[in-house]
Amino acid sequence: MTVKRYLPFASAVLLTTVSAVAFASEPWSMPGEEAIEPYTPSAANAGAQPFAGDQMFQAFGGQAGVARIVTDLLDRSFADARISDIFKGHDRVRLQRVLVEQFCFLLGGPCAYSGRDMATAHKDMGVQPGDMNALVENLQLAMEEEGIPFQTQNRFLAKLAPMKRDIVDK
Amino acid sequence: MRLYLVYFALTNLRHRWFMEHGSAFRGQLGADMRRMFFGVLLAVATVAPAAADEIKTGGKLLLTGGVSSIEGSGGGGLATWATTTGYATEEGVGGNVHGTYVTLPDFELRSWGAAVGVFDRVELSYARQSFDTQDAGAALGLGQGFTFNQDIWGVKVVVIGDAVYDQDRLLPQIAVGAQHKRNDRGAIIAAVGGEDDTGTDYYVAATKLLLDRSLLLNGTVRMTKANQGGLLGFGGPNGSDYSAQFEGSVAWLATKRLAIGAEYRSKPSNLGFAREDDWMDLFAAYALNKNLSVTAAWVSLGDIATFRDQSGFYISLQAGF
Repeated sequence: MTVKRYLPFASAVLLTTVSAVAFASEPWSMPGEEAIEPYTPSAANAGAQPFAGDQMFQAFGGQAGVARIVTDLLDRSFADARISDIFKGHDRVRLQRVLVEQFCFLLGGPCAYSGRDMATAHKDMGVQPGDMNALVENLQLAMEEEGIPFQTQNRFLAKLAPMKRDIVDK
Repeated sequence: MRLYLVYFALTNLRHRWFMEHGSAFRGQLGADMRRMFFGVLLAVATVAPAAADEIKTGGKLLLTGGVSSIEGSGGGGLATWATTTGYATEEGVGGNVHGTYVTLPDFELRSWGAAVGVFDRVELSYARQSFDTQDAGAALGLGQGFTFNQDIWGVKVVVIGDAVYDQDRLLPQIAVGAQHKRNDRGAIIAAVGGEDDTGTDYYVAATKLLLDRSLLLNGTVRMTKANQGGLLGFGGPNGSDYSAQFEGSVAWLATKRLAIGAEYRSKPSNLGFAREDDWMDLFAAYALNKNLSVTAAWVSLGDIATFRDQSGFYISLQAGF
């Protein structure tokens, strides 16, 4: 009886503590990642509105599927002679984490994006239009590998495409 | 190496063209078009080697350059689109050659040509069409296998928009262009009532990829006097002025390599001796890779030169980068 009565309160306290811990390790200096300039985390940083519902997230195989796609995307891009120079020297641990967060969030999954906005994240990288297309090709291959149907891939790419304006020639 | 090939191909094309048609151009408009065409070619050819590390090739996504239309410009089969041909992005130069064969109940239409896309902004194209009248030629009193040939010089400039990446905007990619056409059968064209054997089409094309639906839409408004696209000359007793005609394409992206769709193209009916119909087609374009694509279509070209219901098979091969 008593336990039941205090359960909501207890969970609230627990949740607060968990988020406090999450904020304590700031998203710009996470353990195992190279620290970067502090910034204000915001859902708007993800660069697009997420899909409504979680059908897209499920179609992408949930958290595990998204993680595999991002791993494959980065494997391909770090090894891709066309764009490996851009990736070389970048913190892959952080990149993997924020990309999984971003994809999961945009696909309607239960994730928050803690990374920077696209313009800041790609500032002075010198990404050219062809580089962006090369990355898209790698993402297409990674999604194919995961068995995502082509039209479903395109729905996701349609979300990402306008980010080109904040990524290329910055 | 690739840049050298571009340079070589362009120089060769120019040389070849002068050898074949050196004195064929007549009239101020033709001279202007030619000057503009070779001016840009020359600029590309001279800038390209000088800025060798800057110019890239082949950065676009598969099929996003469209295929070569029957008139040589980048587009679908019968319609011209707002996309620039080839796989170059705004950092580079792309190009391709095409060969197209259309077999109809009473005629045969062949086209070959070359096009370059410069910085994903400008497209220059050349196509030579041959309209073979086969047995119909004899029936029409022209002679068995009498063939109309037409040279088409095209210039297209992208004005605004990004058909592929602007997925959060309704604004399509918009391009304006011109196709200067010169038919080599002036005497016959005059005899059937055609006013001219040369003409220039002007068009505005809008192309939009609806990526979340895997659909590509295109609409083009063309100002033209052309009879059967110019194969039967320009203007006639039923119309000697420019008229606005529409060409529309819808394509569904079935896979990364395969687009299937339909096109419609309205046409004027200027000639008196034969009615002219609108064109339509159902097509499938398949990209083997970024260097080779095949387009197959069923085309319905309606009545041509009194011969009814000219529907048949269209096949086009395109090679480029």
